[in-house]
Amino acid sequence: MLIPHPLLGPRDAQEFTYLGDAALIDRPDGLTEPEKFHDYAYLRDNPAGVHKELWFHEQGDRSWLVVTRNTVTHEILGAVLARDTARGRGRSK
Amino acid sequence: MTEVLRDTSGVLTGQDAAPVLASQPMRVTGGLVDRSRSVRFTFDGKSYTGHPGDTLASALLASGVKLMGRSFKYHRPRGVLSAGSEEPNALVELRSGARREPNTRATVAELYDGLEASSQNHWPTLAFDAMAVNDWLSPFFTAGFYYKTFMWPAAFWEKLYEPIIRRAAGLGTLSREPDPDAYDKGFLHCDVLVIGAGPAGLMAALTAARAGARVILADEDFALGGRLIAETHEVGGQSGAGWATSAVAELAGMPNVRVMPRTTIMGVFDHGVYSAVERVSDHFAAPLAGKPRQVLWRVYAKRAILAAGALERPIAFADNDRPGVMMAGAVRAYLNRWGVAAGKRVALFVNNDDGMRTARDLMARGVEVVAVVDPRRDIRRQAGLPHMLGVVTGTTGRLGLTGINVRRIDGREEHVVCDALAVSGGWNPTVALTAHQSARPVWDEKISAFLASPNAPAGLIPVGAAAGAFSTHGALASGAAKAAEAVEALGFRAPAADLPQAEDAPVRIAPFWHVPGKGRAWVDFQNDVTVKDVKLAHQENFRSVEHLKRYTTLGMATDQGKTSNVLGLAVMAELTGQSIPETGTTMFRPPYTPVAMGVLAGRSRGEEFKPTRLTPSHKWAEERGAVFVEVGMWLRAQWFPRPGETTWRESVDREVLATRKAVGVCDVTTLGKIDIQGTDAGLFLDRVYANTFSTLPVGKVRYGLMLREDGIVMDDGTTARMGEHEYVMTTTTANAVPVFRHLEFCRQCLWPDLDVQLISTTEAWAQFSVAGPNARALLSRIVDQDISDAAFPYMACGNVTVCGGLRARLFRISFSGEMAYEIAVPTRYGDALVRELMAQGQDLGVTPYGTEALGVLRVEKGHVAGNELNGQTTALNMGLGKMVSKKKDSIGMVLSQREELVREDGLRLVGIKPVDPAAQLKAGSHFIALGKDPVAANDDGWITSLVHSPHLRHQIALGYLKNGAARMGERLRAVNLLAKTEVEVEIVSPHFIDPQGERLRG
Repeated sequence: MLIPHPLLGPRDAQEFTYLGDAALIDRPDGLTEPEKFHDYAYLRDNPAGVHKELWFHEQGDRSWLVVTRNTVTHEILGAVLARDTARGRGRSK
Repeated sequence: MTEVLRDTSGVLTGQDAAPVLASQPMRVTGGLVDRSRSVRFTFDGKSYTGHPGDTLASALLASGVKLMGRSFKYHRPRGVLSAGSEEPNALVELRSGARREPNTRATVAELYDGLEASSQNHWPTLAFDAMAVNDWLSPFFTAGFYYKTFMWPAAFWEKLYEPIIRRAAGLGTLSREPDPDAYDKGFLHCDVLVIGAGPAGLMAALTAARAGARVILADEDFALGGRLIAETHEVGGQSGAGWATSAVAELAGMPNVRVMPRTTIMGVFDHGVYSAVERVSDHFAAPLAGKPRQVLWRVYAKRAILAAGALERPIAFADNDRPGVMMAGAVRAYLNRWGVAAGKRVALFVNNDDGMRTARDLMARGVEVVAVVDPRRDIRRQAGLPHMLGVVTGTTGRLGLTGINVRRIDGREEHVVCDALAVSGGWNPTVALTAHQSARPVWDEKISAFLASPNAPAGLIPVGAAAGAFSTHGALASGAAKAAEAVEALGFRAPAADLPQAEDAPVRIAPFWHVPGKGRAWVDFQNDVTVKDVKLAHQENFRSVEHLKRYTTLGMATDQGKTSNVLGLAVMAELTGQSIPETGTTMFRPPYTPVAMGVLAGRSRGEEFKPTRLTPSHKWAEERGAVFVEVGMWLRAQWFPRPGETTWRESVDREVLATRKAVGVCDVTTLGKIDIQGTDAGLFLDRVYANTFSTLPVGKVRYGLMLREDGIVMDDGTTARMGEHEYVMTTTTANAVPVFRHLEFCRQCLWPDLDVQLISTTEAWAQFSVAGPNARALLSRIVDQDISDAAFPYMACGNVTVCGGLRARLFRISFSGEMAYEIAVPTRYGDALVRELMAQGQDLGVTPYGTEALGVLRVEKGHVAGNELNGQTTALNMGLGKMVSKKKDSIGMVLSQREELVREDGLRLVGIKPVDPAAQLKAGSHFIALGKDPVAANDDGWITSLVHSPHLRHQIALGYLKNGAARMGERLRAVNLLAKTEVEVEIVSPHFIDPQGERLRG
């Protein structure tokens, strides 16, 4: 597979480490919403179809990416820096 | 394009006919072999000669050898069926000794001087094979025979049935010696990958290359041209072979083209990634100096043109597997390319016009054609051909064909004497690669064959015969058109196609699959699957093609059903009364042809299986005779034997005692080191560690515990605050990479706006532990600054200089429980530093110690390590529950507090000692209360780490015990059911040495 790295262009998937569902970005706050941690830690979507996933460019520039991939066809519909996705979802410090 | 291959030796030029040699009775005029030179080879120990350009199969046929192998199950005598990589029958062993290679297809084995080949799967000889008794017993060996016969008793399977079957079945045998040759891997990039160098592929490559695209042209054959060099068709007014030669020469001369003969595209992967195996040295007895035997290429192609041609399929009729029965296209290839007649009296059995070419080509070379048997009623008879309307119902001749039985349409039966039979049941486009990503081929009624699915991988474009364009003109035209489309989509301008003139015969075929009758009619030659077996599968309701394959083994083994799959499917379709598309298709999966394990491994074998990381003190340790141990990719000194020491225990005990008595030095470079800087570095650490780091004063070190989000301990280590906004974290050796990945996840995905930067410095610093009562005395001689207890107390850290100015980092931390330091210098000074420590410490009793002594020291002190951090255990289990701060949010904080994980009577870290000091424990033993049965219900915990303590003079261990903290002094049984040991133990504090920590602070 080739992953279209937003900074480096197409890179072989071998350079990356896979983590999984990009919902891991939405970590709850441990002090104010501890009841949400079970779902956060254990419940993940695993769709047959379009999926947003976290990939780490470990053999490259160390960017975490959010890759939109069709898990059936392996078609990749886009890749952005996870940092930007996180900010877009209201995460900051 | 980094490299252009200009080797055009793959293309052969025709030589004028030489006189027929007595040793090559079947060699006729013409062909593209170099008759000016002879090549000697042996088959089953007997010497033969052939010519450069021959394959083993063509040279054997030329020499009159038809019997080349025995079939898999029935040990039937078999000859060559095809002239290409689809060959199911002629499997041989090549070479000898360590280079022996079983199951090689004689049809693709390029002849070289001194080639040794032998037949396989027979005993004692190829001509007299005692195992052929299976053939007479064939009623017992039908499909599903193994499943039915060897059902019971179950105990017989392993001891009796399997060894017998394994000896009787199988094909060639392995050399059982290490492969002496090297295999490489490489990467290639191109705009257009052209797969196959027949008329379609050559035309596509020319079109793309002339447009300026970067082109790779790969063909599995050593001679390029595909069917152009196997047929007599003219192209552009010259011979097909001549046109191919000029096309290859033009391509090889272009800087944007890489021509790769002997290169098979094995698989199609996502997003335009193709795997290719180039057989660099298979046509030599041994690879040339410095050359690999084969190269596995990973090809990145924006577009790929699939010009893989088509494979001819057989017709099933009784005893259609005798040596001498061949595919018609193969008969023409042997005749036209190699100048070899398949027989002296040749018959044909065909259902399409293409078969009649064979008769004409043979007659043009003076080979007698005795019958052209054709079941079609509407054939266009050609003058001079011995047409017979009807079918072949059987054959005669055990070790070689002697004749065929023909039943004419009017019912008349007759026997025709012949020594070769050319069969054609039509052609299957070679669409295997288009199915590698699950796109099932689709049936096309017009050509009675499967074509690529419209859902085939994007960018993989079939042309020519692979796309059902069977005429030479069709191949050239579709190759040019599709290549032009492909390069224009990539932004190139393709010049107008300059198509040479070529024949454009239409496809005339009437589907005809098998001749009904009593005898056994082979569908799959390689796996000995007959029409009867397909019928049996149908009868027993294994009707799905996937079931048919598994039940009968149709389409398995080295040829993967290249000649048999469609025929098997057609027979099943007849039985079920369904059409072929309703019956289904079988899938094609990589690799296209068999691949040697060696080329998949490449250089990653033996010691090079993975990279080896050496510590900065490796050379020094080697000089001292250290014994090394693999720790991840690292090699670490395990112990340093001294003369006279006969067991590892003697060395390790000495190292431990010397460290506790004087001073020991150990290389701890392998621990992960991560520099963490930024105004939010402290806050960041508070979130990734269970305990607090923002309050750590500058110049101090703290032990940190890192949890996973589920509350289980991920890693531990010390982190030092080197400056206001600068920390240095250490991780365990094993987790250096995962922890760094995790920290980057936290930094980028969870808190993207924290001002914190990370970099791994594991390889930047050489780090040594200096431990023992003389540690300070030794380091004072090295470190330029004051390191007295007042100036540099326990858990202090700082930037210092050593040896008169070299920058270094000093940490006063201890894993051994002794007064200890870790000192780090830039990696390139690591070797010098350890030598200096040894030199300076001689009078202080300095002793190097390895990982074994390190382990003893930490178990004596009760420190946890990898065995205790096993991915199942919590901080509370380790007795470190109070370290998890609930005042702040940190990774794993919430879930570490789950009810089950905070049970008062849960597992706790304990120390263990045998009641009898001489007793020998086993690591992994489980705790069982005295008097209780050793069953899971009574399992109270287990031993994690076990060492011999030279101080206590008996074994000590760490372990997890239910409610362990409350059970000090209790006696239990440590039971190991695997090793069948049981030792009575006493539960003690895990701190065996200096529980008050007085030594640390001295």
